[in-house]
Amino acid sequence: MKLPIYMDNHATTRTDPRVFEVMRPYFLDVFGNAASRNHSFGWEAEEAVEKARKQIADLIGATPKEIVFTSGATESNNLALKGIAEMYGERGNHIITQVTEHKAVLDTCKRLEKDGVRVTYLPVKQDGLVDLDQLRDAITDKTILISIMYANNEIGVVQPVKEISAIAKEKGVLFHTDAVQAVGKIPVNVISDGIDVLSLSGHKFYGPKGVGALYVRRRNPRVQITAQMDGGGHERGMRSGTLNVPAIAGLGAACEIAKNEMPEESKRLRFLRDKLKDRLMSSLDEVYINGSMEHRLPHNLNISFAYVEGESLLMGINDIAVSSGSACTSATLEPSYVLKALGAGDDLAHSSIRFGIGRFNTEEEVDYVADKVIDVVTKLRELSPLYEMAKEGVDLSKVSWAAH
Amino acid sequence: MAYSDKVLDHYNHPRNVGSLDKSSADVGTGMVGAPECGDVMKLQVKVNPQTGVIEDAKFKTFGCGSAIASSSLATEWLKGKTVDQALEIKNTDIVNELSLPPVKIHCSVLAEDAIKAAISDYKNKQTARSAEAVAV
Repeated sequence: MKLPIYMDNHATTRTDPRVFEVMRPYFLDVFGNAASRNHSFGWEAEEAVEKARKQIADLIGATPKEIVFTSGATESNNLALKGIAEMYGERGNHIITQVTEHKAVLDTCKRLEKDGVRVTYLPVKQDGLVDLDQLRDAITDKTILISIMYANNEIGVVQPVKEISAIAKEKGVLFHTDAVQAVGKIPVNVISDGIDVLSLSGHKFYGPKGVGALYVRRRNPRVQITAQMDGGGHERGMRSGTLNVPAIAGLGAACEIAKNEMPEESKRLRFLRDKLKDRLMSSLDEVYINGSMEHRLPHNLNISFAYVEGESLLMGINDIAVSSGSACTSATLEPSYVLKALGAGDDLAHSSIRFGIGRFNTEEEVDYVADKVIDVVTKLRELSPLYEMAKEGVDLSKVSWAAH
Repeated sequence: MAYSDKVLDHYNHPRNVGSLDKSSADVGTGMVGAPECGDVMKLQVKVNPQTGVIEDAKFKTFGCGSAIASSSLATEWLKGKTVDQALEIKNTDIVNELSLPPVKIHCSVLAEDAIKAAISDYKNKQTARSAEAVAV
């Protein structure tokens, strides 16, 4: 076993060596511009792009013409939200989303608000799921779009996408989903899930960074999106810019591998995740899972170790790469807004660790991680005045703290 | 974030972890911070009432590595000082000793506050005690 161990697979994943091998020739030999129509360099590049387009479409149940290549999910989300707001501006100016979305959706919505779009940010229930009744009630005759993520990047909670799309369809509202954490990990099908627009990103499922795609439905209904970048009119006019052929070929290969291996892989990851969870919970007291365990990605574990601060825990397990919802680990010095939205209290957000188990993690690594976390949490609790007080029977919620 | 060697040393080998009898008249207890802010420090001093010298100091901290190191260092510095000397410890001394980066300065402030709170608790107890003595 090699240290350090990478177990932060919601942030990014290692490029699968098989994906890398597919990409290699497109840097050195097949380097043409896919838009060059008059020589073999261009034709071969275009062929690679079209192959990848089909591989992506096959993974999510779409047709190749419905796939628009982008630089990643941030761009896909921007293009979807801004492009729809602009295209459908005459029909209405209201978008519904939820508070636990990724910043690429939330900050895009904030920008749109400055331009006169009205945005409803739905709260989530304690398990991280959107309340469908609240969603239904939020729809007005001005609503043009619902944007709710497929699966959350911190707590791995999978939203009831089919139910959401049914409500959207019933009300004649478009449905976009940021499916970055779900695509390649769990079955996503734009037909059976009723998705109109979907964002995905290559590096979240063992493809390269810097490439993503936007699925834009062409039938029932035909979704139109106003381009947000001017240029050569690539990607059927929706996204100008010379295509990143090596990365696109890699994204396609990553999709094909994911499609073939998902049933086996998700079973294996679920076993490892459950093993990690069971070991932590049987060895330590006052450990809390954040978000629904039932509606959850198979490889995600987000867990709070009460009375232990997240950054100090990360420091103790510094040969393991994971992340924390603690304020000290964020640039803004605010604890995770996703965990806060669950209503569990800031103290549990400060004590949270996110494990993202991936394709290249082994059972041996999971055992090592469990041992190490148990050891460090135990040590830090000996150091924790809160743990001491809790053991003495003091109700910490009744103490008047000097907040600073 | 990269931690200084001194922060790592205190984190890996915290000095004077533990608790003193907070009901004792010779022990001053300072508890500062709040769980929802992500750091709580408990710092205790045991003072010799005759000499005013701090004979023992203990801490427990919920917080990041820099907060743990700041309070661990504070207990080291407190031992052997008189209560008045203890009040001269400034957060900037802790920042310099541990090479804390700007985002971690609040950890040192918290440690200074904890020292002040512990000393003030001790002094209050002593005042109460002498008031009792006078009453008798």
